[in-house]
Amino acid sequence: MTLEAYADTIVPGEKRHPDDHAIAGVSEGPGSVEAGAIELLETEATGITAGLDFLVPMLNGHAKAYAEEHGRDLDPSLPEFVALSYEDRVQLILKLTKNGHPEKDGWVSLALFCNMAFDSAPHLSTAQALADGHPGLRAMGITTPDADGLWRFPNYSYGRKLAEVHPDTTPSGSPA
Amino acid sequence: MTSDKTEVLIVGSGFGGAIAAYHLAAGGAKVTVLERGPWLETKDFDHDFLLGSSYTRAFDFVVGDGMSVLGGNCVGGGSVVYFAAMPRAPRFVFERHGSIGRRMWPAEISRDTLDPWYDRVAEAIPVTQQDWNDVTYSGGLWAAACHHSGRTANPTPVAIDNAKCTNCNWMMGGCRFDAKRSMLTNYLPAAISHGATIRPLHEVQKIERTHDGGYRVHYNIVDDVDYRVHSESGVIEAKIVILAAGAGATPVILQRSEEALGKMPHGVGRYFSGNGERLNTAILNEDKVREVLGLSREDGLAYEANQIGKGPTVACWDRLDEKLPEYSRYSMEQLYFPPGLGTILAQVPGGDAPTWFGKEKKEILKRWRSWLTIFLMTEDDNEGVFGPPPPTGNAFRVSQQMLGRGALKYDPTPNTLSGWAKADAEVKEIMEKDGLATIAPWTNDVVGAYTVHPLASCRIGDDAATSALHPNHELRDHPGIFVTDGSAVPGALTVNPAMTIAALAERAVPGIVKAAQNRGIDVKYGAPSPDGSISGRRGVTKLALSLAGD
Ligand SMILES: Cc1cc2nc3c(=O)[nH]c(=O)nc-3n(C[C@H](O)[C@H](O)[C@H](O)COP(=O)(O)OP(=O)(O)OC[C@H]3O[C@@H](n4cnc5c(N)ncnc54)[C@H](O)[C@@H]3O)c2cc1C
Repeated sequence: MTLEAYADTIVPGEKRHPDDHAIAGVSEGPGSVEAGAIELLETEATGITAGLDFLVPMLNGHAKAYAEEHGRDLDPSLPEFVALSYEDRVQLILKLTKNGHPEKDGWVSLALFCNMAFDSAPHLSTAQALADGHPGLRAMGITTPDADGLWRFPNYSYGRKLAEVHPDTTPSGSPA
Repeated sequence: MTSDKTEVLIVGSGFGGAIAAYHLAAGGAKVTVLERGPWLETKDFDHDFLLGSSYTRAFDFVVGDGMSVLGGNCVGGGSVVYFAAMPRAPRFVFERHGSIGRRMWPAEISRDTLDPWYDRVAEAIPVTQQDWNDVTYSGGLWAAACHHSGRTANPTPVAIDNAKCTNCNWMMGGCRFDAKRSMLTNYLPAAISHGATIRPLHEVQKIERTHDGGYRVHYNIVDDVDYRVHSESGVIEAKIVILAAGAGATPVILQRSEEALGKMPHGVGRYFSGNGERLNTAILNEDKVREVLGLSREDGLAYEANQIGKGPTVACWDRLDEKLPEYSRYSMEQLYFPPGLGTILAQVPGGDAPTWFGKEKKEILKRWRSWLTIFLMTEDDNEGVFGPPPPTGNAFRVSQQMLGRGALKYDPTPNTLSGWAKADAEVKEIMEKDGLATIAPWTNDVVGAYTVHPLASCRIGDDAATSALHPNHELRDHPGIFVTDGSAVPGALTVNPAMTIAALAERAVPGIVKAAQNRGIDVKYGAPSPDGSISGRRGVTKLALSLAGD
């Protein structure tokens, strides 16, 4: 749940059900969680899977300290990071990923993969993910490939001169 | 541990390695190339973001402190993943002073003396000029925007066979249609046909001297799928070693070898340049594209074409003006950067923090098709320095493929920062004119500045205090070791560097052949182009003789 809340802060989505605490529900349409962030984080090839066991309690520890510092009352039935509001989650992630923070590398990696789950779904084969309606790829408007799984765009150019070339250009097209 | 012998050992198979491999093999030397990445063929180049596809197998992304470097990791190196924009560097670049207060380049190299070597590369790869029909929607849009604000714009010279190109925009994962001219289509097959051996998945760790004045090179064998796993190690002995592991890796190998080889020149692992790179993401107003620029495409769309294309096709060179002061000259080139690494660093234009993640960021992701990326290549200050080398390779590997943490430290000077700011401000002026778009630079806060054009970490020069290599690319105080990759380029080029890296590698060959002869290797200089053409060779005959000291 804590990781879901982190992913949902990177690319937020809609609550899956009324008592969805992990997803803050600040954005329309699915976000990183529904795009498969947890599946991606649990894919060994990312290299961060083993570290998640450490990152989760660390994140909740930071959330607890943040809440104390800013006078927030946290719902004790939830992990501390989950109990924070979206705005507070954002402020905490900004702090953890800031230059000079000793744990910056870990939190940035986590953010990178949470973002990738949405924008490129590297835990799935892209053509298949599109065929299955992957929410992130679809939201971005990525088109489907040809029947052989490869993309081709027969129309690609405005097909006309659109500017004057620089006067100091060599005959082969380089800066003179 | 396996042990082996060769005459010339080359580390890395990108531009620098492949060019040296071809000429030395064609001249009769026994050449072995060790390449840490896999050997991928046309059928292996996937259109797929799935981890383990060519998109991750062929890349190396190393996060440093203030600078991250993206490079190739396969046979053919960066040429397999590059966008194939191949301009020559403008004349003033060779006259730059940079941070050292006098000319950075060796006295004998200028645009005029390098041009015949550029010609050789243009014939060998080959490099051709594009016309407006080859220019993609994104390039066309950039050209029209430049024109609208009173600027010029040029179709860039490229190493692409446009007849074969499908404008799929997957070229970063390798070209499935054989349209992109990489080292896999010219120098490397020609080197192999002359007997060169290429060993993929061999990562070189360090070099030591043999008692007869040659070198012993230590390597690890890297697992084909999980690059974190190294199964065996071995050594190979050679009379000549050519390092061409790329500017992010060559100095690290030398640093790790210092214990065995003795002190390295001061320039090893210093003066790194990211080619002054910046990326800006414009989010277009489609209506304004139609109204202001008068552009439209099929189905009534104005643009919405971010997914379509073939890397950079149009650049604005108005600021490549030798009369402008140093650090205020730059090129502005349209580019495509795919999702994954290409969207996380895009910031919400004009937004309040956070701009690289969060709900506003998601809104711009939904408009991804209307993105236009502008790539700036400015004059930086060679401020990158490599810290102590990691246990293997040039990074602690994090992911199974691609992602690692390296020891490069980059703290931009006020010169670099002001160059970046000027270039950013100019693209903003062009792209926001008459409401065409909103634009913001990529954030440097997340993984530091970001370069696909690492340079200068082991540079050539006349001065021992500020260069690692003699002007002939031989490592100072270590005869028989040469460096022919991007690390030898003295500084930022204000344009894409592969053409210059390749021309310098071509230029280095006659001197390396001479050194090989002096070490008893039966080798000659003078091979034609990989496809047998000879006009490039004719152009450099005299120069080659003088470089070999004849
Ligand atoms: C996405 C992308 C797009 C680009 N587009 C362009 C473009 O359009 N135009 C342009 O001019 N430039 C472009 N470039 C840059 C260009 O690819 C590089 O400048 C160029 O490849 C550098 O050549 P090189 O010989 O220095 O090194 P590389 O081509 O990087 O080759 C180095 C090789 O050494 C191998 N290696 C590293 N360490 C070891 C080791 N320890 N042992 C064995 N092998 C090792 C690497 O795997 C690699 O194959 C692009 C780069 C990227 C990443």
